[in-house]
Amino acid sequence: MTTTLKCHVGIGAIVEGEALVAKDDFSARYDLDRIKGVFSRPDHALAGQSYHDKILVLNTAKGGVATAWMLHEMKTRGIVPKAILFNSANTILAQGAALAGLTMCDRFEDGDVTDLIRQGDTLIVDPKKGEVIIKNR
Amino acid sequence: MLAGEFGPVKQWAIDHMVQVGCMFDAADLVSVSQAHIMGDPEAVGMAGADLLESLRRDGARVSIPTITDPRGVDLSYYAPLGQTEDMAILERRIVDAMSGIDIMMTNTCINYQTVMPPVLGDHVAFGDTGVVIYSNSVCGARSNFEGGPSALAAGLTGRTPRYGLHLDEKRQATRRYRVSQQPKNLTDWGILGAAIGKLSGSYWEVPVIEGIEKAPTSDEVKHMGAAMASYGSTPLFHLVGITPEAPTLAAVGGNKLPCETVGEDVLGALRSRFGGQGDKVDVIVFAAPQLSLVEMQMIADLSRGRRFKVPIFACTAPQVYPDAQRMGFVEAFESAGGKVLVGTCFYNGFAREIGEANGWTRILSNSAKIVNILGGYGYHPALADMAACIDAAETGVIQ
Repeated sequence: MTTTLKCHVGIGAIVEGEALVAKDDFSARYDLDRIKGVFSRPDHALAGQSYHDKILVLNTAKGGVATAWMLHEMKTRGIVPKAILFNSANTILAQGAALAGLTMCDRFEDGDVTDLIRQGDTLIVDPKKGEVIIKNR
Repeated sequence: MLAGEFGPVKQWAIDHMVQVGCMFDAADLVSVSQAHIMGDPEAVGMAGADLLESLRRDGARVSIPTITDPRGVDLSYYAPLGQTEDMAILERRIVDAMSGIDIMMTNTCINYQTVMPPVLGDHVAFGDTGVVIYSNSVCGARSNFEGGPSALAAGLTGRTPRYGLHLDEKRQATRRYRVSQQPKNLTDWGILGAAIGKLSGSYWEVPVIEGIEKAPTSDEVKHMGAAMASYGSTPLFHLVGITPEAPTLAAVGGNKLPCETVGEDVLGALRSRFGGQGDKVDVIVFAAPQLSLVEMQMIADLSRGRRFKVPIFACTAPQVYPDAQRMGFVEAFESAGGKVLVGTCFYNGFAREIGEANGWTRILSNSAKIVNILGGYGYHPALADMAACIDAAETGVIQ
């Protein structure tokens, strides 16, 4: 049994991985220790957790423009999420994904993606189709 | 162009724009008159420096006036801050590559005060959220948040995908707020911006704000916008009767929206989040945005006759610094024990490493934006107005 979620056409390649979900927003500058590969902002819902190789599922962007470069730098060093899914990405996140070649999708048809996807779900993200498959349920 | 017929530089730029444009359903590209690139070494990293050098080797040259956001390393003053030679080397690589692409190294996030403000209806490709929100809201220009790579693509081609705030319909208000307290100083304006940004909470929301009784100064609205963009990722707001697209509430569709009041409950909650009265302070920073000449005069006036015992920094633009020096503002601040940093901003200069190198955690600023950012860099930030920051520099304690 699988579940298919439809979203807007996104950026990047098809990837498969484990979901790390929070009802919180995202900025690589504001929230991450990019050397250790963990969320470092104390009041972030994922504080202390590793994002490496996870598919992050979050609400939207916060803050500044740095993420547009930082996703590229994170990808090159190999400590990076496999993909990021948002209810609503902003322009910076999309630009960062495009530069990095990181998979990113947003605007899910069935509602709040941080409710639709659960912690630990195994996901296949297909940005060109605008589709996310939950493999385990 | 996408197939590479115009060479690898144009191919890189158009590929980037097509990917981003498709995600946001852009129908075509729009010509832009200026680009403004954020490219500090902490964000760009080795990978970004490699990319910039590769584009330069391939003959990249910008085709429109293209300027830069603050740098991460003041090359005349980095070792005393705890920045390393490796950081300076990366900084020099990026500066060399950008200069070789004909980018003007203005190194400022207040280009709308110091270089060339855009005008009403002017399509631009600006990076730095504070620059974008000011240019959209106060000048009536049209820009999305263009991160470094997108601003670079715009500089190289003179175009950017036409979506978001380049479109009339995306500039209409979606949230309506009424202010019940008049801000009294720059920090109050920042807190008000932070509150509205936090309430709006999305790039795609456009706040319209009623109840401001007197037009703010450029510095006041600068702090308001920078904080709003920082807390809410907000790129545009309207002040009814003040900003150019909102002569009336109805002009931006605000009359159809329910009104939310921004009062002491919301503002007080933000203030108390960054409190800390009675705490010992490790370092004090005036930055984010860089200080205008008027702000440099204010810190100079407050500094005369003082003797600071806590490290205190003021970040200003290279365009402001010579005037501030000529008029004695730099000397007034530095003879009291402060240090002016030129062309940088504190938070984008390896702030975590600087804090660790100097043992700084308790940081104080009058900028609602910077206290929001530095929490993620291992600092425990506090917020106070400019005069209280100067007092704390002398006493070592947050009053």
